[in-house]
Amino acid sequence: MAGNAWRSTVSRVVGAMKSQASHPRTFSRGLQTVTLIPGDGIGPEISTAVMKIFEAAKAPIQWEERNVTAIKGPGGKWMIPTEAKDSMDKSKIGLKGPLKTPIAAGHPSMNLLLRKTFDLYANVRPCVSIEGYKTPYTDVDLVTIRENTEGEYSGIEHVIVDGVVQSIKLITEEASQRIAEYAFEYARNNQRASVTAVHKANIMRMSDGLFLRKCREVAENFKDIKFTEMYLDTVCLNMVQDPTQFDVLVMPNLYGDILSDLCAGLIGGLGVTPSGNIGANGVAIFESVHGTAPDIAGKDLANPTALLLSAVMMLRHMGLHGQAKKIETACFDTIRDKKVLTKDLGGNSKCSEFTGEICRRVQDME
Amino acid sequence: MAASSAALSLPKVFRPVLGLGRSGNPAKVWAAAASCRREKSTFVGRIIPPPAKYGGRHTVTLIPGDGIGPELLNHVRELFRFSCVPVDFEVVNVNSSVATEDDIHNAITAIRRNGVALKGNIETNHNMPPSHKSRNNLLRTSLDLFANMMHCQSLPGVQTRHKNIDIIIIRENTEGEYSSLEHESVSGVVESLKIITRYNSLRIADYAFRLAREKGRRRVTAVHKANIMKLADGLFLQCCKEVASGYPDIQFDSMIVDNTTMQLVSKPHQFDVMVMPNLYGNVVSNVCAGLVGGPGLVPGANYGTNYAVFETATRNTGKSIADKNIANPTAMLLASCLMLDHLRLHDYANMIRGAVLTTMNETRLHTADIGGQGTTSEVVQSVMKNIQSGRCKN
Repeated sequence: MAGNAWRSTVSRVVGAMKSQASHPRTFSRGLQTVTLIPGDGIGPEISTAVMKIFEAAKAPIQWEERNVTAIKGPGGKWMIPTEAKDSMDKSKIGLKGPLKTPIAAGHPSMNLLLRKTFDLYANVRPCVSIEGYKTPYTDVDLVTIRENTEGEYSGIEHVIVDGVVQSIKLITEEASQRIAEYAFEYARNNQRASVTAVHKANIMRMSDGLFLRKCREVAENFKDIKFTEMYLDTVCLNMVQDPTQFDVLVMPNLYGDILSDLCAGLIGGLGVTPSGNIGANGVAIFESVHGTAPDIAGKDLANPTALLLSAVMMLRHMGLHGQAKKIETACFDTIRDKKVLTKDLGGNSKCSEFTGEICRRVQDME
Repeated sequence: MAASSAALSLPKVFRPVLGLGRSGNPAKVWAAAASCRREKSTFVGRIIPPPAKYGGRHTVTLIPGDGIGPELLNHVRELFRFSCVPVDFEVVNVNSSVATEDDIHNAITAIRRNGVALKGNIETNHNMPPSHKSRNNLLRTSLDLFANMMHCQSLPGVQTRHKNIDIIIIRENTEGEYSSLEHESVSGVVESLKIITRYNSLRIADYAFRLAREKGRRRVTAVHKANIMKLADGLFLQCCKEVASGYPDIQFDSMIVDNTTMQLVSKPHQFDVMVMPNLYGNVVSNVCAGLVGGPGLVPGANYGTNYAVFETATRNTGKSIADKNIANPTAMLLASCLMLDHLRLHDYANMIRGAVLTTMNETRLHTADIGGQGTTSEVVQSVMKNIQSGRCKN
């Protein structure tokens, strides 16, 4: 009996250590496989650009390209192709380009499918002002962490009587705890000073009240990080006047959706914003959040910055900080120089020229 | 009279609108909805201000609220006394820290009596148990103040990143996410209900379009998230489209809320009039208030069929700057001007508004929130001086 208890304790401790060590991972030797999902529209071109830049930087990444489409599995449920799922389950890290959301295709959006398949519960969007891409807001440096599975987007709606519709916002203790823990861990791993919980508990007393309570509980275990709470409207008001006062923001689904897009707007839009989705079981998918831009697809005019910065975020997640810094600096230097810029950034170079310039800078930094 | 003709024209607008609905029998739905309303008021119509009582003086309910509310409203009273405005205030104090709702019900009764109110924000301590509801919300729903109107205008004397912003935001004020209907079905799982009704959506959309037409605006944008909340926001959007068909002279389009906030911080000049449900209204109005210079500059108005309540647009308590004489009185002063306009005392309204804007634009007596070092009393003194010298820019 004692022996069993001892063994189970040891395995629990080892398991805890392993789970802590797995995130972030260090891959100092050997290639790490990453599932690459090019996507639609400009997806393939920007994915090629990113692969080229990573090759020039000699990053230890081995790409495994997969396509995701919705297929009907056994039992009539929509799912992603098994090769894609298996590849992701093995590699645990994914990089995704923009996916087309078909209207009236009968199946849910691809992003939703991926989210459900891998239980991607946290959406992380670091918003940093890009020097050289002028917006009215300078010195923005914040991260929005948004709960991605429940909240207002639970999709539970009913027509009560004709003309009265109710939509249910679901907040659970488990999901709130999970996202709060991720937020504080992220803050600790990335040397951020404070975490702010965004809520509307003065109106939605029970639901946001529960979210807030969980955040407070988790904050107790992370005494080295300052925890504050702020109303959603106050955050919006202050964000537009002085975004430098914010660091890491954690919030439920809808507020996260609005605030993360607001912050993306502060730094220049979705074309330059990276994004990452963290799932259970150590899965992480990094993506560009802009659209597929079918009008410029195939014309070598696309801007790969968003996907590139997401890939840099991926490197940081894997612990390859040196490589990440190199590629990021090369990208920012290119944009700051303003000599070779794609059309949406204000220049008139091609995507391949922009990519080539970044590759050149990366190689010069060796 | 303009009021009755406006009221008569309304049923004509709505007959085709109801006919377009997919509901079984539009007349039945309409009758059911109308009969359940407590007030037997005409649908929207022109909001008729209460008549002046003896001596031509109006009585207005004043709710000081918490934080900076009491001091700012004192300044308003001082200013009104100084300018000989024929308005008497009936002060009703609401204590936000007690659990009973007697205070707020007294305030509501006073507003029903007087018809018009000027209020500061009443604090809601969200650490109290959920049975302690927001007093402000209770006031809005009891009086059926369905439309919150906020006019965001850049003031020339204030430094902001974006210039020349002029956006009117109309926000549904009684339902949506603010229904306060929550329950814990299983321990650890909380559900909050967001209610959208056809009646209220049609009402707010009609209010928005009529206001746009009255003010000569060209475009109304509906803000929604109907790609995710297909039924709820879908219903709201459909109602807006139905009402839009009755106003062919005004352009109507819609935008998803996250894209809206992104566009607001990069290109705010594309927006004219915006209409939206409750929560998005909260977000968008705060973003716009931030764009024009902060919470101290923008007044807000809540209109119902029979009552009107005026306050600052962003509804901040300002606890941290209370009683320090540094709060910006502009928002509250402009809100009192909106109230005077509602009471048809346009001359007084324009006089005070002109004086406030002159102070803001020319004499540059800015308070700390807009980058200056002035105090509240200095600003108010300057406004009074401007009124006295008649040096007002209308």
